[in-house]
Amino acid sequence: MREKKIYFDNSATTRPYDKVIEDMVNVYASNYGNPSSLHTMGINSEKLIKEARRSIGNELGVKASEVYFTSGGTESNSLAVEGYINANLRKGNHLVTSKTEHPSVLEIFKYYENNGFTVDYINVDHKGMVDLEELDKKISDKTLMASIMMVNNETGTIQPIEKISRIVKKNNRDTVLHVDAVQAFGKIRTNPGISGIDMMSLSSHKIHGPKGTGALFVKKGFRLNPILIGGGQEASMRSGTENVPGISGFGIAAGICFQNIEDTWEKVSILKGKLKNGLLENLDCIEISPEHGSPYILNMAFEGVKAEVLLHHLAGENIFVSTGSACSSRKNIRSHVLSSMGTKNSYIDSAIRFSFSIFNELEEVNITLGAIKNIVPKIKTKR
Amino acid sequence: MERIILARCGELMLKGLNRSFFEKKLVKNINNAIRHLGDATVTKKQGRVYIEPLNDNFKFDQALKAVSKVFGIVSISPVAKVNCDFDTISEKAVEMVKDIVNRHGYKTFKVETRRADKSFPMKSPEVSGKLGAVILENIPSLSVDVNSPSFTFFVEIREWAYIFTQIVPANGGLPVGTNGKATLLLSGGIDSPVAGWMMAKRGVELEAVHFYSFPYTSERSKEKVIDLARILSEYSGPIKLHIVPFTDIQTEINEKCPQNELTIIMRRIMMEIAERISQNNNSLALITGESMGQVASQTIQALSVTNAAVSMPVFRPLIGMDKDDVVKIARKIETFETSILPYEDCCTVFVAKHPKTRPELMHIERSEKKLDVETMIINSINDTEVITLK
Repeated sequence: MREKKIYFDNSATTRPYDKVIEDMVNVYASNYGNPSSLHTMGINSEKLIKEARRSIGNELGVKASEVYFTSGGTESNSLAVEGYINANLRKGNHLVTSKTEHPSVLEIFKYYENNGFTVDYINVDHKGMVDLEELDKKISDKTLMASIMMVNNETGTIQPIEKISRIVKKNNRDTVLHVDAVQAFGKIRTNPGISGIDMMSLSSHKIHGPKGTGALFVKKGFRLNPILIGGGQEASMRSGTENVPGISGFGIAAGICFQNIEDTWEKVSILKGKLKNGLLENLDCIEISPEHGSPYILNMAFEGVKAEVLLHHLAGENIFVSTGSACSSRKNIRSHVLSSMGTKNSYIDSAIRFSFSIFNELEEVNITLGAIKNIVPKIKTKR
Repeated sequence: MERIILARCGELMLKGLNRSFFEKKLVKNINNAIRHLGDATVTKKQGRVYIEPLNDNFKFDQALKAVSKVFGIVSISPVAKVNCDFDTISEKAVEMVKDIVNRHGYKTFKVETRRADKSFPMKSPEVSGKLGAVILENIPSLSVDVNSPSFTFFVEIREWAYIFTQIVPANGGLPVGTNGKATLLLSGGIDSPVAGWMMAKRGVELEAVHFYSFPYTSERSKEKVIDLARILSEYSGPIKLHIVPFTDIQTEINEKCPQNELTIIMRRIMMEIAERISQNNNSLALITGESMGQVASQTIQALSVTNAAVSMPVFRPLIGMDKDDVVKIARKIETFETSILPYEDCCTVFVAKHPKTRPELMHIERSEKKLDVETMIINSINDTEVITLK
């Protein structure tokens, strides 16, 4: 068997850049001071965080002081949604989100729905695009918050955030717009100011940074109730001693990503195209991800094949992908994203997600194509 | 005051001439169960086993739990061992009772005494009465209630005096290793670990076989089976787990045999492989988690066809049990939470929509003729991975 791993699961997490690892080792070994300490070591650690904050602020075109570090995408989403709702309870009791959000957003909205809020979950079409007319109808003067993700993690669908923002603000200029940009940050250039985004969630490990670090952009002037209360770090928005090596690594990863953002986009577009066409030409399969979605994500259905079985066969050849939905014979939970898009069950059960990064090569696509051509006929159910 | 663990033996006390064989095994098994928790001596005397820590590093509370899992013990007590004179006993008793009254807020108690050493000057009721009086004097908030006390204070007078307030029931059974060895067909489900536990409880040493169908099942399903075997080994002592690659056999059956016979043929081959592994490991029987009528392969017809694949005795301790009862045991022995993890196991991948519920041996054997069963079995056994869990 090939020793080398082929990793096509970059929407789950990515391999950290060598530079990120080097930097973090350094920080762990030498800069272990607590940023809150008054002495030199504390100040040196604080500088690292400042640098990372400035770097991320720059890439987004926002003020460094509008970036708050968290433990990752989920915490950023929690802080944005819970933090804003809890701080602005009097402004309204209506919330809007889409049916295809990540669970870390969707589950919070369900929680508030069970606790007296009215929540509208906007439908999506077969490409996963939010129904803008429905959105237009739902935003009212009671709407406290709308949360729509930028890029869907299962399908790569890219939402027209600027249009969405205009619709939201036209109907109620006080409705705050939160965007989960975990799958977009470092891949699509976004300026929250221009796009009309009030809060935006980011994650480090999806862009070759370390796990356990993320950030939330909050436009100046918005009041949030913190979830973690204590020593007042991150301008009291997120107490707890800062994860200095993680934040520093995040800053470096963001820097490298943005530096190569166009080249990487082009590279993964080619890889996605080759893999998609190769599969469509050689196998009985269909593409679930939309034609003009993120080039980082390809979602394909191989009808008659159990996705998890194909996944394990590929893993047996050191090729790592993801299933469209967690599916085992005992616990059939179908992807809420694909179900909302109206994808039929036999496609959902056989959906495989390939997600790419700068580290993938054309040769890997060819090997994977060969492997899938071999495996699929073997594991297809007899009919 | 010395804290020790007192374990009471169950039915092995009824054994006749070979009682010492059972007792020796029990002492050995207890030693194995607590070895990693520190230094202690384990001695048996008159139907009791005394576990006495040799120093303060001994992890007493963990040892209580570990000893309670050893088969052959009906109950255990954490006990204070003191000199055998009434003054010492009363002094320690007051100290202990104060402590538990403080912790639990008990209001009533009684004293029960057993005088095994008849040279002790006071008779049992006298000890109980006088000790009760001393306790009442020192702890005025308590009163005596002989019918339903909040707690009972026990005194046992032997070479030493053993005083305690707790009797924790254990699992009973016979010491593992007193009834030879059998091989458990261990899947990732709820039933098979329980079946293994029940046989180990009757003194049977366990060998385990798992059939692994990667990449049709996930590597996590293998980890799950290893975890289950590890939990079982806390009761049964070390388990040798044979992980048999089964994918090639399954695909072969899937290709060559009728769909509605897949499961039954698969199970027959599993039994055959398990039998061969048993023969190579001095194991004398097979154990399965089958329960009458639970699924298509567990009808009386299907079971007899499966059974015909081997000549060893096959023990099915769950055969007459309802699922609810099995689940109760699985929860008690703490395999349930692991068993219900959702990874696919080998039984659920290649399944026909309508498997035969009344297979006939003749037909099944005819289908099997299409397979080179012998080569398949030899290849699988050659590639088997063995892991010892203890």
